[in-house]
Amino acid sequence: MTQTVLIKNARIVDPASGTDDQGAVLIDNGIIVDIAIGKPISLPEGAEVINAHGLVLAPGLIDMRVFTGEPGKEYRETLQSAGDAAAAGGVTSFVMMPDTTPVVDDGALVDFLIRRAKATAKVNVLPAGAITKSLNGKEMTEYGLLKEAGAVCLTDGRHSIQSSAMLRTAMGYAANFGLTFVHHVSDNDLSGDGVMNEGLFATILGLKGIPREAETIPLARDLQLAALTGVNYHAAQTSCAASVELVAAAKNRNKTVTAGVSINNLALNENDIGRYRTFFKLSTPLRSEDDRQAMIEGLRSGTIDTIHSDHDPQDNEVKRRPFAEASDGAIGLETLLAAALRLVHSGDLALLTVLRAMTSRPADILGLPAGRIAVGAPADLILFDLNYPWHVSEQQIRSRSRNTSFESARLTGKVMRTIVGGATVYTHAD
Amino acid sequence: MTQARASTAANSSASLSGDYPPFNQRHLLSIADLQQHEIIDLLDRAEAMVPISRQERKSHPMLSGKTQINLFFEPSTRTQASFEIAGKRLGALVMNMSIKTSSVSKGETLIDTAATLNAMRPDVIVVRHSAAGAVELLSQKVGCAVINAGDGAHEHPTQALLDALTIRNHKGRISGLTVAICGDIANSRVVRSNLLLLKALNVRTRVIAPRNLLPAGIEHLATEVFIDMREGLKGADVVMMLRLQHERAQGHMIPSVREYYRFYGLDAEKLSFAKPDIIVMHPGPMNRGVEIDPAIADGPASVITDQVEMGIAVRMAVLDALLPARNSEANEL
Repeated sequence: MTQTVLIKNARIVDPASGTDDQGAVLIDNGIIVDIAIGKPISLPEGAEVINAHGLVLAPGLIDMRVFTGEPGKEYRETLQSAGDAAAAGGVTSFVMMPDTTPVVDDGALVDFLIRRAKATAKVNVLPAGAITKSLNGKEMTEYGLLKEAGAVCLTDGRHSIQSSAMLRTAMGYAANFGLTFVHHVSDNDLSGDGVMNEGLFATILGLKGIPREAETIPLARDLQLAALTGVNYHAAQTSCAASVELVAAAKNRNKTVTAGVSINNLALNENDIGRYRTFFKLSTPLRSEDDRQAMIEGLRSGTIDTIHSDHDPQDNEVKRRPFAEASDGAIGLETLLAAALRLVHSGDLALLTVLRAMTSRPADILGLPAGRIAVGAPADLILFDLNYPWHVSEQQIRSRSRNTSFESARLTGKVMRTIVGGATVYTHAD
Repeated sequence: MTQARASTAANSSASLSGDYPPFNQRHLLSIADLQQHEIIDLLDRAEAMVPISRQERKSHPMLSGKTQINLFFEPSTRTQASFEIAGKRLGALVMNMSIKTSSVSKGETLIDTAATLNAMRPDVIVVRHSAAGAVELLSQKVGCAVINAGDGAHEHPTQALLDALTIRNHKGRISGLTVAICGDIANSRVVRSNLLLLKALNVRTRVIAPRNLLPAGIEHLATEVFIDMREGLKGADVVMMLRLQHERAQGHMIPSVREYYRFYGLDAEKLSFAKPDIIVMHPGPMNRGVEIDPAIADGPASVITDQVEMGIAVRMAVLDALLPARNSEANEL
C-alpha cells in the first residue's frame, strides 16, 4: 500500500493562497507534506508518482448542499452511489442534508451515518444536523450533542423555518456551540402554490409564480436575527439581485454572515423550463437572466461565498408528472465543476474565483482543514482538464436517479482524477 | 341509423374537408402552436360544419370507424357535451371518461393513464386537466391525436377558436377590431388562448381587471391593460366577460361579490361606454349578478348562445382536421 504520492507537472490552482503556478505536491499518509513551486522536490523511496501532464491540480470540491436517499429512500440514492457521483464530479466532501427518513435530528444518527459513509462512500460525507426535530420548525434539537457526534453544521435542509421567534431562539442557542446555521429562506405563505419564478414566462405557461419577495423578506429577517444573536449564519440558497444587495449590506455590518448559490441559478434561468420540463423545477426556482447575472456579479464581488450542487435525486415516478404536480429538485454532483467552469470559459469569472466558492470558502464556513493545497491539509485533491469537451449522457450518470438539469448539455472541463485522503478514488476513462 | 352508416364517409366528406389543404399538426395543444393561416383554415372549416347541425338529420359520418375518448380530469358539462356531440355528428364512436379524483390521489400517474388508454387504440383523445402542461405531457405518451380541452390556467384553444368564429359571424371580420376581456385574467386559460389568437389576427386586445387579478407580464400579452372598466370598454367592438370563481376568490382575491360587481360587473351603464353595436360574450358557465347583469346576458347584445353553437362546429372542424393528418402519417410509416 503506497503511503507516499508525488503529483508532478501540475498546474497548481489553490484559491486559499491565490496560487496558480506549475509545480508538484507531495502527499504522505493522506496529508499534504510538501508543495514545490519553482523548486525541485526530493522523491522519497518507493513513492507513487503521478504525472499530471499540465492538468489543473486543485483542492477537491466541498459541496455544501447534497440530498441523499439513504436512509429511507435508497432507491433514489445511497451514500455509496452519491459518493461515486461525487468522486466522478471532483467533489471530495459533501454536506448531507438532514431531510431523510428518519430525519437526522439525533446525535446517534449522525454517528451512524459517519460510520456508514466511511464503509460505503468514496468521499467524505459530512452530516448536517437538523435545526428542529423532524424538521417541524417548532422544537430545537440537541445542538451540543449533534456537534459532539460530528455534525458539521445545522440546517433544516429544504425546509424553511417560518417563525421569527423560533429562529431567534435556535440561532442564539447554536451560537453557543459555534455551529454554522444554514437556512433555506422561503416565505411559505408568499410562495403559496407557486411552482416557478413569477413573471411573464410563468404567465404564458399558466403556472403560478413564486415572487422574489418570498426569498428576500425571510432573508432580511434572518440577517437581522444573525446580527442580534451573533450566530455564524449562512443563507443556504440565494437566487436574485435583491438578495445579493441584502447580503452585501449585512456583510458591511456583520462579519458572521455568508451566502450560497446553487449552480443551477448560475448556469440556468427560467427560460430553460421551456415547455414544462420538470427537471428544471427547483426550489429555489430558476429566476430571470438578470437575476442570474446578478448572482455571477455577487460571486465576483465576494458577496456570494459558495457554489453548491443542490444535488437532489428524484425518481421518474415523481418527476414525470405535470409541472405543478412534479417534485422539486435535480441531481448535480457529477456536473458541478463542469457547469461552474462554463462561467470561466464565458469570461464571466476567474478560475480562482469559481474554485474558491467550492473549496476554501465552504471549508472556512464549516471550519474544515480541507479545501486548500497547504502543508498539513488533508490530501483531498482533483486533477482536471480545463478544456476537455464532453456531454452529459443519461447512461453514464452514476447517481441512482437521472433527474439532471444538464441532460445532453455540452460542457467543457472534466475531472481526470479524484484523490481523497491521498488515495485515488476516481480516474477518468475515455 | 343503418341509413347513416350506409352512406359512405368518403363521398360525403369530400364536399366538406376535401377542399382544404392537409392540416399539418399532430395535435391541438395550444393556439401558440398555430400559424395565422392555420387559424383561418380552422375557422373556415368550422364555418362549413355549421349547416350540419342545423339540418334535420344532424349526421355527417366522415369519422365513422374512428374512436374518440373524452378524458376529463376536471368536471365540465358544456365542453365535454360539445366535444361529444361534435364527435357523434361526425359518426365517431365517442367514449366519455371522467376522472373525478385527481390522478395523484388515485395513485395512478397521468402517464399510466395515457399508456392504458393508448393501448385501447383511440384515434383522438380530448383532454381536460387541472394542471398546466398536463395535456402536452399526455400527448407525448400516446400514438393518437390529442386535443386540449383546457389545461390549468394555460390554454383552451377550441374556446378561442369558437370565440373568433362567433366574432367573425357577427362582425364580418376579425382583423382591426378592438376586443376587451374582463375578469379573472390571472387564473384564466380562456384569456391566454384568446390573446394569442386575436394577436395572430391583428386584433387590438384589452384586458380589464383589478390589479390582483392581473398576472405578471400581462402588458406583454395584451395590447392594453385597464383597471377601470369604463375606460377599458370605450370604443370596444367586443367584450368577453370571464367567470369569476367567486367561491374561491372571495376574501383573498376580491373582498366581496357586491364590490366586484360594482366595479367589474357588466351592466347597461358600463356597456354604454362601448360602441353601440358591441357584442357581449361569455365562455360560460355564467354567474348572473356576479360578473354580468342578467338583463345584459339575455339582452340583444349578447351572443352567448351563438358561442355554444359555434363551439360544436369548431370542435367538428378540429376533429376532422386532425384525424386525416393522422391517417396520412400512418400511411407514410
